Amino acid sequence: MRAYWALLRGQASSQFSYRASFAVDLVANVWSTALDVVTILVLFGVTRTLGGLDLHQALVITGMSACAFATADMLVGNVERITLYVRTGRFDTVLVRPLRALPQLLLLDLPLRKLSRAALGAGVYLFALGTAGITWTPARVLLAIVAPVAGVVFFGAMFVITASVAFWWTESGEFGNAFTYGGRDFTSYPVSVYSGWFRTAFAYTLGFAFVSYYPALALLGVPDPIGLPGWTGWCAPLVALAATALATLIWRLGLRHYTSTGS
Amino acid sequence: MDSLTATVPRTRYANAAAETRTFWALTVAGFRRYSTYRQATVAGAFTNTVFGFLRCYVLLAVAAGAGTATVAGYDPARLATFVWFGQGLLTVVALWGWTDLAQRISTGDVVADLLRPINPVTNYLATDVGRAGHAVLTRLLPPVLIGPLFFPIYLPHRWSTWPLFVLSVVLATVLCFGCRFLVNASAYWLLDIRGPMILWTLLSGVLGGLYFPLRFLPDWLIGPLWLLTPLPSLFQTPLDVLVEVDPTPRQLGLIAIQAAWAVGLLLLCRLVQRRAERKLVVQGG
Repeated sequence: MRAYWALLRGQASSQFSYRASFAVDLVANVWSTALDVVTILVLFGVTRTLGGLDLHQALVITGMSACAFATADMLVGNVERITLYVRTGRFDTVLVRPLRALPQLLLLDLPLRKLSRAALGAGVYLFALGTAGITWTPARVLLAIVAPVAGVVFFGAMFVITASVAFWWTESGEFGNAFTYGGRDFTSYPVSVYSGWFRTAFAYTLGFAFVSYYPALALLGVPDPIGLPGWTGWCAPLVALAATALATLIWRLGLRHYTSTGS
Repeated sequence: MDSLTATVPRTRYANAAAETRTFWALTVAGFRRYSTYRQATVAGAFTNTVFGFLRCYVLLAVAAGAGTATVAGYDPARLATFVWFGQGLLTVVALWGWTDLAQRISTGDVVADLLRPINPVTNYLATDVGRAGHAVLTRLLPPVLIGPLFFPIYLPHRWSTWPLFVLSVVLATVLCFGCRFLVNASAYWLLDIRGPMILWTLLSGVLGGLYFPLRFLPDWLIGPLWLLTPLPSLFQTPLDVLVEVDPTPRQLGLIAIQAAWAVGLLLLCRLVQRRAERKLVVQGG
């Protein structure tokens, strides 16, 4: 444990040492989440409802998704650099150390500059919760806290799964982005916006509907136009756990499959 | 001391045919370079297509929610075309991810570019045109062919729109190259271009019309944006030309704005490059 802590401290001090550049990064990182919110506002400038929800209700979904994605991206998003590690053979250095591979990869370059983005995501989420006219009950307060945490876990698992593809498919390029950044885009809007097999695939087969849509509906007390019962939103942590189990399995398989490039 | 430079004096009135041949050779080289990344190309086309579905559903839901026949001049079929051709164009104009020049500057390899008997701006432009040609075949076609299978799309009714669209895409590619070159060239002064790069990525996406058609914005914002910045010319103009939201004279007007920006930016690139070369001499001695 102490070794991991040392890795993290080393990272922090090296990133803080260039103070001006760190400050610029902090500010710049806010913008990508800010843009998601601006996009929603612009879209609601030309329409009154999106997938059956009004602006404040839709913002709960966007806020929850932004909060979960930005945090997961900061903590786990770096795992996508594994394509680089595998291609250049630098992954061997990670494996020969007496530490576990995944935590090392994550801590080797933890992007603390993304803190600002996670904070903005949380801010948008809190604002949306405050303005959406939710009738608060103790159960809903609990869900409001648990759901974004489950979202972080779910996106984290998604990052690990898509990164593991690199063990089999070194030149996978932008492939993983379809499910990580694509998942963020998908969960920023009500699932009722999508339809057909595309919705089935992303929302239910991959599980993205449980990141923000169903928890938000449960908080808002709005029935699902697709027809799933009200308690669906409470399944979010279970879906996150299932995704984590799958991610662990695929990562282990990948590690076993890894053969060094030898360069 | 202004006579001391690292660059070879260039022949002023070189044979135009020879120059064209050089440009063409560089273009072919650019094309071939990208055709070697086959797996990454497939992965990229797949991702572009997934994002096509995501964006298309959202914009169609906006159209449905508005309850009117058109939103900001687009009917649902036009919005679908806007999204799917937009996903294809993304890699043709190469909005993101080009850092070749910045990398060569930070490693010092750029000095080798200066020794070549061809202006670096022309050199990189020729390579970029080749890259764009490859992208037309491998990255524009997949989303443009897949989208219409799942969504009703709008195809131009006027024959003149097709050549105008092609012209507009060519101008957008050159224009985008100019912007990317300038962002990269900031490395001559800054060395680390992460700041300018983030700024460019965000601004070009949102003000180029990638996340939503710019006509969704209030009118007082659109005019100045289109005239005073090159960003709408990158993305929004070719797509608007294609879906015929305007009559022909206005299409021509938008393309004229694009052309003016393209020429202006290329001149600026050459100017910046010349300045940078002088500075390099001072630094490198």
